[in-house]
This record gives sequence, structure tokens and C-alpha cells, in this order.
Amino acid sequence: MSEAVRERSQAELVLRRFLRHRAAVTSLVTLLVVTLFAFAGPLLWRYDYADITDDLSQSPSLRHPFGTDLIGHDTFAQVMRGTQQSVKIALAIALIGTVFGALWGAIAGLYRGKLDFLMMRLVDVILTLPSIAVAAAVAAQGVGRSQWWAIAFVLGALTWPYVSRVVRGVVLSLREQEFIESARALGAGNARIILRHLLPNALGTIIVTATLTIATGILGEAALSFLGVGVQAPDTSLGLLVSINKDAVNTRPWLFYFPGLFIILIALTINFIGDGLRDAFDPKQTRVRR
Amino acid sequence: MTALLQVEDLTVEFPTEDGVLPAVRGVSYEVGRGESVGIVGESGSGKSVTSLAVMGLLPRNARVSGSVRLLGEELLGRTDAELSKIRGRTVAMIFQDPLTSLNPVHTVGAQIAEAVLAHRDVPRQVAMRRATELLEIVGIPFPALRAKNYPHELSGGMRQRIVIAIAMANDPELIIADEPTTALDVTVQAQVLEALEAARRETGASLVLITHDLGVIAGHTDRVNVMYAGKLVETGTVDGIFYRPRMPYTLGLLSSLPRIDESGRQRLTPITGSPPSLLTLPAGCPFVPRCPRAESICSTTEPPLLPAGPGHFAACHFHDSVTSFPAPETPASVAPRPSDPILSVRGLVKHFPVRSRGVLRRRIGDVHAVCDVSFDILTHETLGLVGESGCGKTTTGRVLLNLEPATAGSVHFQRRDLVPLSRARMRPLRKDLQIVFQDPYASLDPRMTVNEIIAEPLRIHGRYGSDGRAQVRSLLKTVGLDVEHGNRYAHEFSGGQRQRIGIARALALRPRVLVLDEPVSALDVSIQAGVVNLLEDLQDELGLSYLFISHDLSVVRHIADRVAVMYLGRIVETAPVDELFLRAAHPYTQALISAIPVPDPHKERARERIILTGDVPSPVAPPSGCRFRTRCPKFPTLTDKEQRLCISDVPALVDHGEGHRTACHYAEALTLI
Repeated sequence: MSEAVRERSQAELVLRRFLRHRAAVTSLVTLLVVTLFAFAGPLLWRYDYADITDDLSQSPSLRHPFGTDLIGHDTFAQVMRGTQQSVKIALAIALIGTVFGALWGAIAGLYRGKLDFLMMRLVDVILTLPSIAVAAAVAAQGVGRSQWWAIAFVLGALTWPYVSRVVRGVVLSLREQEFIESARALGAGNARIILRHLLPNALGTIIVTATLTIATGILGEAALSFLGVGVQAPDTSLGLLVSINKDAVNTRPWLFYFPGLFIILIALTINFIGDGLRDAFDPKQTRVRR
Repeated sequence: MTALLQVEDLTVEFPTEDGVLPAVRGVSYEVGRGESVGIVGESGSGKSVTSLAVMGLLPRNARVSGSVRLLGEELLGRTDAELSKIRGRTVAMIFQDPLTSLNPVHTVGAQIAEAVLAHRDVPRQVAMRRATELLEIVGIPFPALRAKNYPHELSGGMRQRIVIAIAMANDPELIIADEPTTALDVTVQAQVLEALEAARRETGASLVLITHDLGVIAGHTDRVNVMYAGKLVETGTVDGIFYRPRMPYTLGLLSSLPRIDESGRQRLTPITGSPPSLLTLPAGCPFVPRCPRAESICSTTEPPLLPAGPGHFAACHFHDSVTSFPAPETPASVAPRPSDPILSVRGLVKHFPVRSRGVLRRRIGDVHAVCDVSFDILTHETLGLVGESGCGKTTTGRVLLNLEPATAGSVHFQRRDLVPLSRARMRPLRKDLQIVFQDPYASLDPRMTVNEIIAEPLRIHGRYGSDGRAQVRSLLKTVGLDVEHGNRYAHEFSGGQRQRIGIARALALRPRVLVLDEPVSALDVSIQAGVVNLLEDLQDELGLSYLFISHDLSVVRHIADRVAVMYLGRIVETAPVDELFLRAAHPYTQALISAIPVPDPHKERARERIILTGDVPSPVAPPSGCRFRTRCPKFPTLTDKEQRLCISDVPALVDHGEGHRTACHYAEALTLI
């Protein structure tokens, strides 16, 4: 009981709630390890992803933990590089898509009326576009010469409408609640209402949508790379590795399964972390009290 | 004479994730034939669970033990099929919400007939005829016509009367009514209670009336059981309980109640603290933490019901010496009395458009929410704005603060008209004009800690400087909250505490006018008193002006200096508070006052009652002339010529002296308390 009297900061409460979520904590640790592996690994590993060794088509060994491919690339180094690219792209897509989409949706939902109508029709139009085809077309124009950030930007620009629709739906119900009206009565402007009241209260939904966006982002990058308009060889990404090696599933399975495993690992851990964050930011969670 | 219903040592427990919740802990009582027994208690005291256990209507996971005997037969442990023969036939139940207890796909006539056919082998036409008879008994006009209506076509009051008609369909021996009027307006409550009395007269049934409203108990019961934390803590005759209570909780309840029949600003006596959690009950008497009389024995031994007079039992170790609940000292009010108007409202109109369905959404009419409303609020004064739900009082408060744009009219504050101001222009004025909302659960942002909530107005107006934290702490102290709790979220507080948070937020900018929109109606009576006292203290300390919007005339009589009564968007009467309650001149005000139950059995039974017929007309098409004429008890007594005036001319507010103004062509003062 004495503990209940002590003042606790909000960050501390959120952290404590997050730490209670076992799957989320495990996932966070896993994702950190994967990220470390992708970004710090290349500095330590004896091969670069572009190196061509004399060992051709070798199965996993101590020298090449993930084996090598037909022309002697070390798959271990390639997976590290690929993970690096994929994580960067996926996070950038999620960031662009979520931030822009959430603001767009919140503004439309709060203002309603004509502005809402116009904003949402634009969303409808973007949603009708076959996104991979558009992304491929844009990328084929050589925008940014297939740099990772160019791919992220194009995919992010096609992802935000999903987020904005979901957020608008939540905001439409939130804006009718009395605490929004009481904020108005205090003199709060629309910017404050959106940033301090609407978006924090929609946070659970936003986080879940964002995690889904990351998963979609990874797949989108893979699809673009598969079409040959994403990350270009000699650079590599997880999507590219999987698509290049899909024909080798039966003959040299290590070439396909290791990058595939990493895609699944990233998508899965991010989903669990999203779950944990949503619960941690929900103040109605009372588990911590007991 | 054997009792009709005997409940002995009834215990109900619910297994929950946090342990076993003892909702009812050994309750024994009897109901005699033709007797009316009231059960009072605050939310969570176990009063509803007790009666659901009698009917065998508890959820499956409930663990029930003890004994419930109806006409000598044990009911506990019977199968559902066996109980069905008793339910509706021997015992009938009336629930709080009439909309959910009626089936929306059948006409009400068919539903009453259904109840008759369930227990009697008669032809359908006979049952339908009986249904019409029953509708007439419960006071529904044009019963044959109404029988063909579906529940959603009828108003709340009518629906509850239909539920009563269903309850009496089979001449039950016992009617259990669980908060039958809580969801209804006072004038409608009076109609429904009248119907309930008619049902009892007709069937001779006994009544168990469960309510938190001591006024209803005083007027309609013979004996009273008071429940607290799952136990009976006092039981006796209605006179015994009201005039000679022997348990500190009952005493506290009675003294915490604002009374419509008492004038002046005597302080209410709040019961400190809040009801205990049933999951972690202390060893001794559960009332100890809130009891001013508690001694060491109280926290070790839970007292049984001890005899405290003829037919009177109280669960208190000191029942023979407890006679009063210590009242807080009334601070000598040196408040300078009202002087000049701080806020002037003139000809305020608010219409909401009604649009057609479909794509075009053409405007096909207007809801006349507020119509030509004018009043002044003086400095350091409380103006009470009363009326039933839908009369436009909340809309008035919101239009006043420019939260809704007015359709016409003006609101002057500091020589400026607020109506045409844009949101940005309004902002600097917001610090002077604040509002406290009715629902303390919905009006606080669930994502913010209490510190952030209270700091928000300061931040918006750029006043959260280096001393911001200190300001928030002192505001918390002002409204009687623990400063240490500032980092908690609003949902961790009880209803009364949340309302204090809302008040602290409204006070942060040191406003001059505070609109209080039903600030205490969501709270239990014992908690309500504390918040009312706080509001009074703050007014004296800070010289605030209040617009106190409420449907509860008792609270308004207690707190207001002047009162304005609204009906269907118009102010029908306004007067200083005592003048209004003692010499109401508008027939609507008179009906409203006479409908409020007084928690005093002798007074309550001796009072003259004006029961209004019908329901409030739709504000989309209000009646011409005087809007009250369709329900006015005076209208039918007038001559044709006099009536024509009511139909053609809107009565103006006419001054009768001393600020008593009435909008009635044939106003006549009446004393009703």
C-alpha cells in the first residue's frame, strides 16, 4: 500500500506496464539483436556482402554459417546487408505512413463537413491505385536511382491512406466525447485538441496500424525488389535475396530459408512489440496495481 | 399472520478474477401481506442483488445460500422451470429501464396479453380485453389505441407504466420494483408512482421498493431496510427510520440530503470517504472508516442487528446513544450579497436543424431547443436553471459559453457581446467563463494524469510558468484532493473525486463565472453533499458567480440564490429561491415542486399533489401560444374565451414584484411545501 502513495512518473508507469508483457519484451530483445546483427555485424565479419569468394554453392559451415551461392557470395554477409536495408525501408515507410496518415485522418475527422469530404475522396482515389504498379512505375523513372529512401518514400506515400481511414474512424467517435468539449471550453485550439487529446487517445489504434504497416512495408520492398525496381544488385535486401533464390529452395535451401526466416522474425517481433506498446500506453490497464 | 416473503440469512457471492466478491452478506427480512417494504442503499450496497436472488434471476456463477420462503415454500435451489410458474404469477418484477424490459417487436397490448396467457388458460380476445383494462388502471389515456403501439412509439414514463401493467396482469402477491423511477423526470416519476399505487390497490399485492431516493421511500413504504456493504444495517418502520434513526450511516444519509422543504444555506453534512470495496472488507463494522462515532470495538467486531425500539433494529454497537451525525460548523457567511449583473442574456435562441434522410439532407424543420431566453447572472450569485430533460437548460449553458453558436440573441459579458465572437476572439475570455460538466467520467481525458488535466488551462493561456507545478498542487489542495495523487489517471478516482478534479480544472484560470451543468447528479447522495459544500465554500472564497443547471430542485433550493424554471425552451418563471419555492405562481413550477418527494414521511403523505398528464411535446413542433398548455392542470378549468388566449398568445414574463416574474396569463401563487 505504501507504494501506491508514492508519486510515479508517467514514463515509469508505461515502462512498468510494457515490461509485464512477456512476449513484447522477448520480441524487443530479439529485434534489438537482429538490428545489432544487421548494422554492427558487417563491421566484424570477414566478408563483405559484395565479396566473391572461391567457395561456390557451399552448404552452411563454420567458414560460411549460412552457406554461399552459385558465384561465391557469402550468404551470411548478404543476409546482414539485406536485413539492414529491409529494416531501414520498413521503418521509414511506417514512419512516413503513420505520421502523415494519422494527422490527415485526425484533421478530417475533427473538422468534418466539406474538408473531410475532400480529404477522404483523395484517400479513396489513392486507395484505388494498384500500389505496387505505381511504385514500380515511379521507381522505374529512376527517382533516386533506387536508393533505399526513395523506395521508402514511394511506398510510404501509398500506405498513409490506410492509416488515415482508421484514425479518422476513431477520431469521429472521440470528438463527440465530453472531454473534447471541455478542452474547447478551456480555450484549446484545434491543433492542441488534435495533438494532446485526439491522437493520444487514438494511440492504441495507431500503434497497431503502424505495426501492420511495417509488415506490409517489408513485403512491399520484397515485391519491388522482386520486380527488379527495388533495391538493385550488387546491393541487396531480404526481399531480393528471397526472390533470387526462390528457385533454389530444393537444391540449396539455405539460400532461401535464411533470408526468409529473417523476414518472418522482423514482422513477428514488431507485431508483438506493438501489442505490448498498446497495452502499456492504455492507462486503464490496472494489472500493475496488483 | 405468517409473512408473505421470508428471507433468512441470504448470502450471495460472485467468484471474480480478484477473489470472491461477497455482494450480499447474511440478509434477513420479511414482507407481510399487503405491506410495502423499502430497501435503500447506495450503489454497490447489494440492494438489487438481494431481490434478484429472491426471483432466482442471478447469473449462473453466483453462489447463493440461506433461505427464501414465499408463502412458506422454499425458493432457493428450485429449477428454472419451477420458478417460472412463480415468476409473473405470484411475484412480479419491475426493472429500472423500461425500454430493455419490453420486447421491441411486439405491440404493448400483445405483451400484456402474453403475460396473462402465460399463467391462465383463457382465449386470446379475453386476454387482450384484460390488457386494455390494465392500461386504463395504470393511467394511460386511450388504452385501446395505445395497446396497438410498439414500445419505441411511447415515452419512457408510458413504457414504465406498461411494465407495471404487465406486472399486475396476474394479480401477483408480491411486486418487486427495482429503481422503477430512477431514469425518469420528476413529473413523470410522480405519474409512475401513482400507477404503482393504483396497481397495489387493485391487486392488494405487497411491494418491495428498491431505490436510493429517500423521498420516494418516505411516501410509499411502511417499513424500511437500509443496506450498506452487503448487509442490512438498520431496519424499522418508516417513521422510526426517518425520525429516530439509530445507525450512524442512516443518520448520515438523512443529514447529507438537501431538502426541498428547508430553506437557507445550512451546510449539508457529508459522509466522508467512500463505500468500501467488497473484495477487501475490514474485519469489524464496514462503516468504521467513515463513522464519526467509531471506537476500538468497532474495528474488531462487526455488530449484529440489535433491537433499538419496537420493530426497530440497528447494526451499531452504540445504537442506544447515537442520535445525531455531527454537523460541520457553518462558517459565518459574510458574503457580500449580489449586486450588478456580470452576465446578461437577452433573447437567446438556439435551433438545431432537422434534416431529411438520403443524399440531399434537406432542412425539413428545426428543434426549438432554446427560445427567447433572457436572464442576468449577478456577481457572487448562484442562479439555478431548472427543468426536465430536453427543456433546453444544458443547451442554454453551452450557447452561453459560445460552445454552440447561438441562432439569435446576445450574451453580454464585460460590455461585450459573446455571440458574434469567433473562436480565436473568444479564447482570452474563456479564462473568465468556465464550465463543469455533468459526467465526471467522460469529461476528463483518460490519457492524461490529474496534474496534466489541471495544468492544461494554464498551458493554453500561457500561464504555466515556473510556478506551474505549485499552482496545480495548490488547486488540488483547494478542492480537497491529495496532492500526492497528481500523477494518477482520472479513472483511478471515485466519482466524487473526479468531479473535484473537474472543478479544480475549471478554477485554474480564476474564472468569474462558472457554469455548473448538473455537477452532482451522477453522484451518490453521501458524496454529493461534500461536492455541494465545496462549491459553496469556493463561491464565498473566490467571489464566483454560478449558473447552476440541474433537474434536482432540492439541490437547487439549497444552493441557489435565484431560480429560473425552463419548459420546452422557454423560461416560464424566475424568482428569488425562497419566493419561488413558497409562492410558485406558474402551473408548471407548481407541478414540478409538488412532484419532488420529500424525505419526511408525515409531510410527504400529507402533501397536495399536482400530477401532470401526458409527456413533454416534441420541440420540433411546440404548441402554439403557451407551450405548457397541453399539460397544464389549469387549462381545462378555464373558460373557452380564456383558453383562446393561451392558444394564441405567448405569455410574457410579468413581474409580480421582488424579482418574481411569471410567464402565465393566469398566474396564481400557491404554497406546496
